Amino acid sequence: MIVQAAGRRDRIGAKYGMWLFLFTEILFFGGMFLLYSVYRSEYPVEFHASAAEENLLLGSINTAVLLTSSLFIAVAISAVKKGSYRLSIIFQVATILMGLAFLGIKSVEWSEKITRGIYPNSPVLDKMKMGDILFFGLYYVMTGIHGIHVFIGICVISSMVYFTLTGNITKENFSKIENTGLYWHFVDIVWIYLFPLFYLIT
Amino acid sequence: MENTASEYESFYHGKGKYKGILSWLMSTDHKRIGIQYLVALLTFFSVGVLLGLLIRLSLIAPGKFIGQETYNRVFSVHGIIMIFLFIIPGVPVAFGNFFLPILIGARDVAFPRLNRFTWWIYLAGATLVVFSLFAAGGAPDTGWTFYAPYSIRAKANITLAVTGVFVLGFSSILTGINFVTTIHRLRAPGMTWFKLPLFVWTLYATGWVQLLATPVLAITLVFIILGRVFGVGFFDPSKGGDPILYEHLFWTYSHPAVYIMVLPAMGIISEVIPVFARKKIFGYKAVAFSAIGIASVGYFVWGHHMFTSGMSDTARIIFSFITFLVAVPSGIKIFNWVSTLYKGSIVGSAPIYFALTFIFLFSIGGLTGLIIGSLEPNLQLHGTYFIVAHFHYVMFGGAGFAILTALHYWFPKMFGRMYPERPAKIGWFILFIGFNLLYFSMFILGYEGMPRRYFDYPPRYFPLHLVSTIGSWILAIGLAIIAGNLLRALFKGPKAPADPWGGRTLEWTIPSPPPTENFAETPVIRD
Repeated sequence: MIVQAAGRRDRIGAKYGMWLFLFTEILFFGGMFLLYSVYRSEYPVEFHASAAEENLLLGSINTAVLLTSSLFIAVAISAVKKGSYRLSIIFQVATILMGLAFLGIKSVEWSEKITRGIYPNSPVLDKMKMGDILFFGLYYVMTGIHGIHVFIGICVISSMVYFTLTGNITKENFSKIENTGLYWHFVDIVWIYLFPLFYLIT
Repeated sequence: MENTASEYESFYHGKGKYKGILSWLMSTDHKRIGIQYLVALLTFFSVGVLLGLLIRLSLIAPGKFIGQETYNRVFSVHGIIMIFLFIIPGVPVAFGNFFLPILIGARDVAFPRLNRFTWWIYLAGATLVVFSLFAAGGAPDTGWTFYAPYSIRAKANITLAVTGVFVLGFSSILTGINFVTTIHRLRAPGMTWFKLPLFVWTLYATGWVQLLATPVLAITLVFIILGRVFGVGFFDPSKGGDPILYEHLFWTYSHPAVYIMVLPAMGIISEVIPVFARKKIFGYKAVAFSAIGIASVGYFVWGHHMFTSGMSDTARIIFSFITFLVAVPSGIKIFNWVSTLYKGSIVGSAPIYFALTFIFLFSIGGLTGLIIGSLEPNLQLHGTYFIVAHFHYVMFGGAGFAILTALHYWFPKMFGRMYPERPAKIGWFILFIGFNLLYFSMFILGYEGMPRRYFDYPPRYFPLHLVSTIGSWILAIGLAIIAGNLLRALFKGPKAPADPWGGRTLEWTIPSPPPTENFAETPVIRD
């Protein structure tokens, strides 16, 4: 039986909390995936046609970037556990840079579409077929909310860098960065689903 | 154990870093957070009651007191405040926060700072909702359900209100995470799962529902906000969207939310009945598992809110069937409470009056739920006052009376004072009469075809509307007596002993009000 002792940290408890939080995130994204499934089964032709508009090259690069960043954060956590704090900081910063690169590439994709007049409520988009309106609506909302999660992840990892520098994260006390890693992997996994749904269904 | 005032310092006097109001707002003590939540909840409840009275007043003379537009806003705001600011956070944040750690023998919840954070974002969300009432544009007039596409096009401050509810949802999710983790990790030595007080079991089930249902509401509300701000038309038929899908997503949360409201309420009743019947609870495991049963089956019945919205017959039959299933665990609880009372030597103190009333009113609410859970009557009664009566019996007669039960049961522990019994019982009696006049008339009105949400109606409905409104006044008098009695006791009541009722759970082993870290040393539970 587990007792709370004053001042003692409960690493397993913290992990419970993080996993429960990730459950809620899955359901949050689940709402969006549900809309996607309903509307794609309603407008299969338009969805396939619209997906051809996506930039497959940039999408693939972004997938690679995000997967690599997940590797980096995992390395950073292992480094902390082994006590190599300098190495850990290098890999944390690398993760942050990868995250920023992801957002940068995403913004290139978005602005390219926006200059062509494709964005929610735009005159161009509203003239298109209903399936197209929904596809691009879902594209902006799902990648946008995913992007917000990436951004939050970057902020959290930045504070982990700070905590590692100040000795707040050590090889005895690493649940903060471990849970950050879980979150980052989750964000990564969401993208693994978004990528085929928007880029590969042509 | 008796209180010896000089030997300990209660959590009201504990010294922290901050003074004055900050010593409350910055506190991570689960008891202080619970008390703050309780004050906020009861404040919003009072506002909701006043709005409810205004609705009833308008209905006996449509147009005399408030106009049609205002009427729509008043019933919407009544719903939004009562549901999102009062009854959904309700029992867990106030009584759960205060008693969960004590009941399992812990010093605090698993994440005390996260707990404080939920209180802050509750305040932020509540501020947004209140702000939406007074900002230019006007208070929401969509009803508390924010049905699309009207909610996407309405002129009123829907965006503000919906953002507020989104933030409140966050608070609810984090509370759920905190409680589930606390129950898993912080039980005292010997406090095995089947020794947990039943209130803890229901908080556990509720925690899971909060976790698994609230995010669905969150994303749905995000869609509404995106629809209003950026013109994303997921629920807008002119852009290919489907408004029915909004209803599905909304009720996927909002039906389980009914169990967020009522499960912990049932937990309170399961604590109070055995104490005042002077018996152990009958069928402990059945009551515990039925909480889990309600939580899991309750996830799959949302469709019964939409029988008239457009759904295939197969879907309707399945949803109707599962709705009947979810009544089974509720029935198990009712039978077990009654069996506990059977041959008990019942002590007639105020809390048991409220608890017994809960059983009575909740049974009416539950059984009428079966009437409208069946397809054929539903098609007749959906959208009438029958529904209004039904959910007020469940929400107010159920969850509301459980909160009153908890207030009277735990008042001595929370505030260290006793209240006089007589005024509490007089208040209870008047409230009970008023409640039934107010809401039972609505069953009949609904049965006769009075549509809900309507501002005006044909004269033949007038007599029952009048009875209902008179009931609302009697109910308000009852509530005022109860509130006045407790408020007076708060300042003038005699000091409460550690265990005024003869309770067996851990909170009665420590002084009233509890010391800052609850237990001088961690309790060890033996049989």
